[in-house]
Amino acid sequence: MRDVAVIGIGIQKWGELWERSLRDLWVEAALNAINDAGVDHIDSMYVGCMSGGLFVGQEHLSSLLADYLGVCPVPATRVESACASGGMALRSGFIEVASGLSDIVLVSGVEKMTDVDGGGATYALATAADAEYEVYQGATFPGLYAMVARDYMHRYGLTREQLAQVAVKNHDNGVLNPHAQFPMKMSLETVMNSTMIADPLRLMDCSPITDGAAAAILCPLEMARDLSKNPPIKVSGMGAATDRIALHDRPDFCEFRATVKAAEAAYKMAGVGPDEIDFAEVHDCFTIAELCVIEALGFFARGTAGQATAAGETARDGKKPINTSGGLKSKGHPVGATGIGQIHELVTQLRGTAGERQVAGVKRGLAQNMGGSGGSTVCHILEVV
Amino acid sequence: MAFIPSYWRETPQRYRYEGNKCIKCECKHDSKCDCETGQVFFPPRRTCCPWCDCTLEPCTIATTGKLLTYTIIVVPPTQFGDEAPYALGICEMDDGARLTAQIVDVPLDKLEIGMPVRIEFRKIQQDGHAGILMYGYKVVPNS
Ligand SMILES: [Zn+2]
Ligand SMILES: [Zn+2]
Repeated sequence: MRDVAVIGIGIQKWGELWERSLRDLWVEAALNAINDAGVDHIDSMYVGCMSGGLFVGQEHLSSLLADYLGVCPVPATRVESACASGGMALRSGFIEVASGLSDIVLVSGVEKMTDVDGGGATYALATAADAEYEVYQGATFPGLYAMVARDYMHRYGLTREQLAQVAVKNHDNGVLNPHAQFPMKMSLETVMNSTMIADPLRLMDCSPITDGAAAAILCPLEMARDLSKNPPIKVSGMGAATDRIALHDRPDFCEFRATVKAAEAAYKMAGVGPDEIDFAEVHDCFTIAELCVIEALGFFARGTAGQATAAGETARDGKKPINTSGGLKSKGHPVGATGIGQIHELVTQLRGTAGERQVAGVKRGLAQNMGGSGGSTVCHILEVV
Repeated sequence: MAFIPSYWRETPQRYRYEGNKCIKCECKHDSKCDCETGQVFFPPRRTCCPWCDCTLEPCTIATTGKLLTYTIIVVPPTQFGDEAPYALGICEMDDGARLTAQIVDVPLDKLEIGMPVRIEFRKIQQDGHAGILMYGYKVVPNS
């Protein structure tokens, strides 16, 4: 297997982009990545997208997007794993480069979520849960994560304040991210008094509805310096795993087993442990998710992530900075693009070009991208070489 | 949105709570799967894993159990628009079967983790104002 590097990244400011189409958003991010890398061709491309069909009535994104980027007949594959579609697209591209099948591969994600109304978006997102046994009964995604939060509070004494600190911290980071959808500070009071969505989760515990795309260029590490002037960032670890789709079928609602397993595989490939990860981008689709995830990644012991967050340990200047980009909460969550958006942040930090939100001296970062209520997860470890 | 063929196909579970049970489990896989003898599946599964030598028999799941966790849905999906706020929970029935269901006939501030519940047959949703009525299981306090 060949070592794989990221040599280019592209994104745009995410948000409710009424005037922009799916193809337009995606092509912009792809062009940004190609120009950033400085490559003169690509051999293959992958697109992560959760539901072009339900959000904009468009499938067959492989053809559409290769066409509008102007790269036909390059082979293209659309990858779907709910909100983990972007990370899984990177995984597919990684495998294609590592195997020797292709040299320069564009990996990307996109979601255009605001062409449908709130009910339409809720319906589309709910298809990531068990349609027959969760959604039929009246479950929503905030509702599923609310049941995780209730269980967590009951078992570990997590407080409403500690949960809200996740959102406060991520907005503190997002303020400094020019691509963030909601780059404004959020007080603890604002989070705790926001509209109730699914008790105990409130509006400001939830990531927003977002339009956006992100892309990255992969190549073999050995060719990286010839192909691009950018410092190569090595993808040193990768792991993916699945879990039962219905939350009720998991023995422990607070243990995200797919994340545990995906991280184990990524750590093994990279030859490192959780203590050797300098910072991480994690899937904070809801505040409670960030707490369960940073425990599943081995950064904090079970039941302690809430206290650690309240104590500032996951802040930019803490011992384990989490979601320096602002996370899904502040940066936005265009579901299929999120996993590649995380890679954009890791690469920016590892290049040392994150400006005001730069964490000093980081050499190795981890991205964790999760589908549904935790039914699929993919982790990547990136490092400076 | 209702899909008539699937609604018809799911009636054994929605109306009669039919699942299946592993009455003799022998997993031959290196990393043994989650299944063990006595495990109840709801809905029924064809297998617990490809390497299990299990005998699966149809069963009806226990209709009493306890509430493991819950939420109160304040912002509902469109098809449950008239019903919010409503309680939704995950229940473990006495035979180990797990399910997600609405919790009804109880004040929302009286919900408690661990409370005994039992399944009742109720209307779940309606497909628009003139569409078909869809039924299934909800749970109520079992005191
Ligand atoms: Zn068995
Ligand atoms: Zn087995």
